[in-house]
Amino acid sequence: MMTMENETPTHAASLKDVQQRRPEVARQNAVAKDAFNPNHIEVKDYSFFYGPNQVLFDLNMAFPERHVTALIGPSGCGKSTLLRNINRMNDLIDGISHKGDVLIEGQSIYDPFLEVISLRKRIGMVFQKSNPFPKSIYENIVYSLRVAGRNRKSELDETVETSLKAAALWDEVKDRLQESAFSLSGGQMQRLCIARAIANRPEILLMDEPCSALDPIATGKIEDLIHDLKKDYTIIIVTHNMQQAARVSDKTAFLYMGQLIEYDDTEKIFMKPSEPQTEAYVSGRFG
Amino acid sequence: MSTVLEEPRPVARPPRAANNAPVKPVGEVYVWVTAMGLAIGLFMILFLLGLIAYNGIGVFWPRNVAVVEFREDGPTRFMGGTRTMGVITLEQARDVRDLTPEQMESPHPANRREKQLFLGNRDAFGQAFAFFNAGDIVDVSYPKNVIRAERMEWGDALFFPVRIEDSAGNVVSVDDADFDTELKRLVREVVSRRTQISRIERHQIGRINLQMRDLELEERFYQRLDERSAADEAALAAVRERMADLQAEYQPLADRAGELRAKQREHTLVYEVITGQQRSMPVGDLVSYYYPNQLSVLGKTRHFFAHIWDFLSGHPREANTEGGIFPAIFGTFVMTLIMSIAVMPFGVMAAIYLREYAKQGPLVRSVRIAINNLAGVPSIVFGIFGLGFFVYFVGGTIDQLFYPKGLPTPTFGTGGILWASLTLALMTVPVVIVATEEALAAVSRGIREGSLACGASKWQTIQHLVLPASAPGILTGLVLAMARGAGEVAPLMLVGVVALAPNLPIDGMFPFIHLERKFMHLGFHIYDLGFQSPDSEAAKPMVFATTLVLILVVIVLNLTAIMVRNHLRKKYAAGTF
Repeated sequence: MMTMENETPTHAASLKDVQQRRPEVARQNAVAKDAFNPNHIEVKDYSFFYGPNQVLFDLNMAFPERHVTALIGPSGCGKSTLLRNINRMNDLIDGISHKGDVLIEGQSIYDPFLEVISLRKRIGMVFQKSNPFPKSIYENIVYSLRVAGRNRKSELDETVETSLKAAALWDEVKDRLQESAFSLSGGQMQRLCIARAIANRPEILLMDEPCSALDPIATGKIEDLIHDLKKDYTIIIVTHNMQQAARVSDKTAFLYMGQLIEYDDTEKIFMKPSEPQTEAYVSGRFG
Repeated sequence: MSTVLEEPRPVARPPRAANNAPVKPVGEVYVWVTAMGLAIGLFMILFLLGLIAYNGIGVFWPRNVAVVEFREDGPTRFMGGTRTMGVITLEQARDVRDLTPEQMESPHPANRREKQLFLGNRDAFGQAFAFFNAGDIVDVSYPKNVIRAERMEWGDALFFPVRIEDSAGNVVSVDDADFDTELKRLVREVVSRRTQISRIERHQIGRINLQMRDLELEERFYQRLDERSAADEAALAAVRERMADLQAEYQPLADRAGELRAKQREHTLVYEVITGQQRSMPVGDLVSYYYPNQLSVLGKTRHFFAHIWDFLSGHPREANTEGGIFPAIFGTFVMTLIMSIAVMPFGVMAAIYLREYAKQGPLVRSVRIAINNLAGVPSIVFGIFGLGFFVYFVGGTIDQLFYPKGLPTPTFGTGGILWASLTLALMTVPVVIVATEEALAAVSRGIREGSLACGASKWQTIQHLVLPASAPGILTGLVLAMARGAGEVAPLMLVGVVALAPNLPIDGMFPFIHLERKFMHLGFHIYDLGFQSPDSEAAKPMVFATTLVLILVVIVLNLTAIMVRNHLRKKYAAGTF
């Protein structure tokens, strides 16, 4: 124990610190999961190119079901690219190409018989900048249902309530659902976006630095939310904040220059990384 | 470093000029250059608008009628006499070439100036305006009993009333106490009778005429057939029978109108003009009359607004130089509206494809450049294209397919409000495309990605989020397009505008909207008044007033669009982006 603390003093302190401050969080992490699919999302020999530039190199990894996986790494390492490829959001960009495959429950996301829209319906996404639609709070939540052609009032009302409750926003906005989403504060907007992402009951939730524009209190609320949500969703979160990765995730992947350097349980990555690069990064020596 | 060099540095102070005044930062002289550019632009716009507003509104203000006396020994005479009467409309320096040597030498500068008078009574004097040497005027007075009367023909009359006679020989003299009440009553009667006549002739007889014209075309169509089958003969007989029915319907209406017209001539107003000549006219020719020199400011204000209302709501008379401009206002509105309806979906759809779907590359770039250049093509070229394509090709084809009985008289194969609107839509579509493209590009990427991540298709994203969010920008494009389209004249002259249209493009006759009809337009009305009317001096005030109305129409159309846009902008305000 002593030696380890000597090796990674910054990090071990922060993790312990977190676990002391949030005992209930630590307990949740420790609880053994029910049976789950460890290969919910599989990335196989996956390479990705923007035009001639290769940004991901032969990645091989699997994201377990109903767990939180954090992707960390310095800017430009490809973690956001990887995240955005899981729901094929990068399709919007011209001149992209890939090699290898990404499988969700064994089915390739590049299957020509799979419609990209039906893929995205299974995957919710939360963005770095909160992006509520210029509509009412209510309409923001039910958007994914409306575009799927589900317009029954009772179903929509129920979805709004359950989603907002799941996003811990219900008590704050239940009396002003018809107000514009822009009347909310920054943290509330981001929780609204999370509520919107889970409104259609997806299996997977992708989060691209969801707290980077928020203050510590709002960040704390969203981290608590992530803990609650992982009972039902497979969550992949990209973050630049080491403490956050340590606090919220079960597994952590460290990417550097488009390569997967190390991928293991969060505790191991932060306490006893096997790669010197990982250790250097998580202890703040570079990146 | 040696300490010698480190002398105490002077404390930084704001720079001061020799006279101890604060110094302006160097280089900021260009503030004045840019401000000057704006000032010149503003001055030109305000000057133009002010000039038009002053002259345009001034037309309606009732002005006093002056009796002007000339020097007995001077050269100036009016119809051989030394008096004249009229509204003094202008005073200006005379052209040197018109001056006599005596006037040239005169110590009084007034001798080298002239006054313009509106004389009225064009039937009596042959001219409505005249210039007189200001130096020869010895007296100007404003007698109270002058009447200014608006008539159905010959423009306004300025006179002293004498008496009213009726066909039975009864006479009401101006000296009788009830002369004015009697005249007022008679004018009210003739005005209401005129409304009745117009209702009968314009609406009831007009409807019969239109049906008759269609039947005549049908009759001619059957007559021209080389060989007529039994069915054709029967159809021809039916047409003729219906024509006879219409004729029977027409006759009592025409009789009634003739009766009313005869009544209009029952009373005669005898009056005296300034030369002493006595003249008479049927009271039925009067539209309205007033005593300008008796009016208080309040009374003048009332007349002022009444004149404006008549101008805005009336139909033109006397080759457009008198009466109102309602058909032109209406035509401009309807044309701009149809143009907007045509240009909006077309331009927006094109812009959506260009911005959202087309693969950005050299081809799309060159298409975009071509669209921008299209906005710079002279409008007359669009007019010629509209004439060739819409009128002759599309209209001619429609006539052949759907109106063969009317040929060779064209129905759609001639200029009309539909073709004019479509021509202008074609002309303004680049404006809408460019504005829409910019508005679409301004919709944040975050919103699009958010929508796609929710499982929406690209079209759903455009429909539910991108289009509503860019609606304010699209409407800005529409505002620009309308401003350009409503003020355009040149192409319209080729594709359907006329100086005097007998009917409005929308009226109470089935099918209510007559897209094939020719129409009147304010811009063309201005041209017609200013350059095609027989008496340009008389038409000048009308030109200003019509120009003012055109500008107001454009402003009203724009304000409406701007209000809609601001409403939308508030609705879709994206505060955090």
